[in-house]
Amino acid sequence: MRIRRFLRLLPVVPSVLLLLVFLLAPVAWSFYASFTDAALSGKAARDPQWVGADNYVRMFSDDSFPLAAWLTVVFVAASAVLGQNVLGLLIALLMTRSRRAVASWVGTAVVAAWVLPEIVAAFAAYAYFNRDGTLNQVLGAFGSAGPDWLYSFPLVAIVLANTWRGTAFSMLVYRAALADVPRDVTEAALMDGARGWQRLAFITLPLIRSSIATNLMLITLQTLAVFTLIWVMTAGGPANASTTLPVLAYQEAFKFGDIGYGTAVASVLILLGMVFGAVYVRLLREQKS
Amino acid sequence: MMGSGLRARFRTESTTTGGSSRSTAKLGADIALAVIGVCFVAPLVWLLLASIDPQAGYQTKVPVAPSTENFRAVMTPELLFQPLANSFLLSAGTAVVNVLAAVLAAYPLSRYQSRFNKPFMYTVLFGTSLPVTAIMVPVYGLFVQLQFLDSMAATIFFMATTTLPMAIWMTKNFMDSVPLELEEAAWVDGASTMATLRSIVLPLMRQGLGVVFIFVFIQAWGNFFVPFILLLSTGKQPAAVSIFSFFGQHGAIAYGQLAAFSILYSVPVLVLYALVSRGMGNSFALSGAMKG
Repeated sequence: MRIRRFLRLLPVVPSVLLLLVFLLAPVAWSFYASFTDAALSGKAARDPQWVGADNYVRMFSDDSFPLAAWLTVVFVAASAVLGQNVLGLLIALLMTRSRRAVASWVGTAVVAAWVLPEIVAAFAAYAYFNRDGTLNQVLGAFGSAGPDWLYSFPLVAIVLANTWRGTAFSMLVYRAALADVPRDVTEAALMDGARGWQRLAFITLPLIRSSIATNLMLITLQTLAVFTLIWVMTAGGPANASTTLPVLAYQEAFKFGDIGYGTAVASVLILLGMVFGAVYVRLLREQKS
Repeated sequence: MMGSGLRARFRTESTTTGGSSRSTAKLGADIALAVIGVCFVAPLVWLLLASIDPQAGYQTKVPVAPSTENFRAVMTPELLFQPLANSFLLSAGTAVVNVLAAVLAAYPLSRYQSRFNKPFMYTVLFGTSLPVTAIMVPVYGLFVQLQFLDSMAATIFFMATTTLPMAIWMTKNFMDSVPLELEEAAWVDGASTMATLRSIVLPLMRQGLGVVFIFVFIQAWGNFFVPFILLLSTGKQPAAVSIFSFFGQHGAIAYGQLAAFSILYSVPVLVLYALVSRGMGNSFALSGAMKG
């Protein structure tokens, strides 16, 4: 009987192997290597030495890490929590009131930015925010000379670009959630004379709060990992002004060849992801029970 | 015929919306949405116009002499076709490995009650939370140790693993909706589990499998960072990487060609997405994550 039960679980083995080798092993190796002086080339590449917490000590005494951590917080808060989340909810709400043709046209436009390969979206955003780009042309038409966004306001540019690229996800989540809100509940509120914003604040939002929570978790995790968009638009510059943690980890490891320090930064990111992941799993569990 | 249909629709619309304040609200919503839509399209206009403009720069302008010159210039084996073939190999390989592993894993999870099921599913879900960009530095280190660098197969397996948690969840959800009775009948007739899986369960959920396959394919097709780190030789690089290295490193950028290349590279995923979203409703990509 026990053997049979074991045999039944056999088909899970390939997945478990893949996850162990390609996901768990790198994570474990990341935590280990962050305590060594592993390098891309030279003596430390062949024979990395244990250096204890040196990399972590350096991280907090270095200027670049606290700055990158702060920029990551601002980037995630502004482009995911505020930008994608609020804009996605707004679009979904407007769609319930607008003409079907308008809703489907706008839906396609929003989704297009999301479905495009990320490098293409990044090129388009680069061109858009360029000194000679579309944004400044539009501003010019209104009589104001726009700044060189990528140079003077790189964080603003990548926040806007990431909002543009990622809002579709929140929009789809909220459209599905709003479609599940029972009509008679909102209609009863309408009968009782509740105004638009009252219905939104006291009925609609509480009814979709689990979707809001799950969506916030997911887009936070996605935005935490954004690399390509930033790399193509600003490469983290100028002078680290848009270097978020993924960009910093990449630069330390591959540009400066310091794998040990790079993995230390990566380990912090992985830990952050784990915290958010644990909250996310908790949320889903509570929803089910 | 058409007139009465229109009138009927108009009548129901005016009764359900009722009153002129509701229709003003509707107009307001339309206008607000249209403004948002224009903002979302704006960055893409440059891409479209520049692709047919041989003299394109970063400015968005209607081409003076539109032509297909840019498209013809990039349509060479080494610029376009080889990288696209690599992208296809990488994405299709990733999707095949992914769907195979996900189907196998989902079957016992969906069909048998076990105390391992829940912890396993939640651990897998937890795995989706790891920021992939953070794993790239350690993965590079691991690939060096195992001498996997520049290996197409190893890259495929890694990419399949990063999307595997989501794929297992989606596949299990689709499999749960296939009724168990049909299999039980086959078991009574003496068919083995793997035979029923192949001949009864999979055909019934082929649409769901198609969704998972295309979902993984689209993700792999658009992935830049993973092949950028793991594939070194130009002959193996997919379009996402070749477009970056070609246009980024050779001095003067040919903007028009960059735009034309971007469009040719994007078309396959746009078509696939349209295909899937039409069949399954727009929220297909979320079914795995949100239904839980």
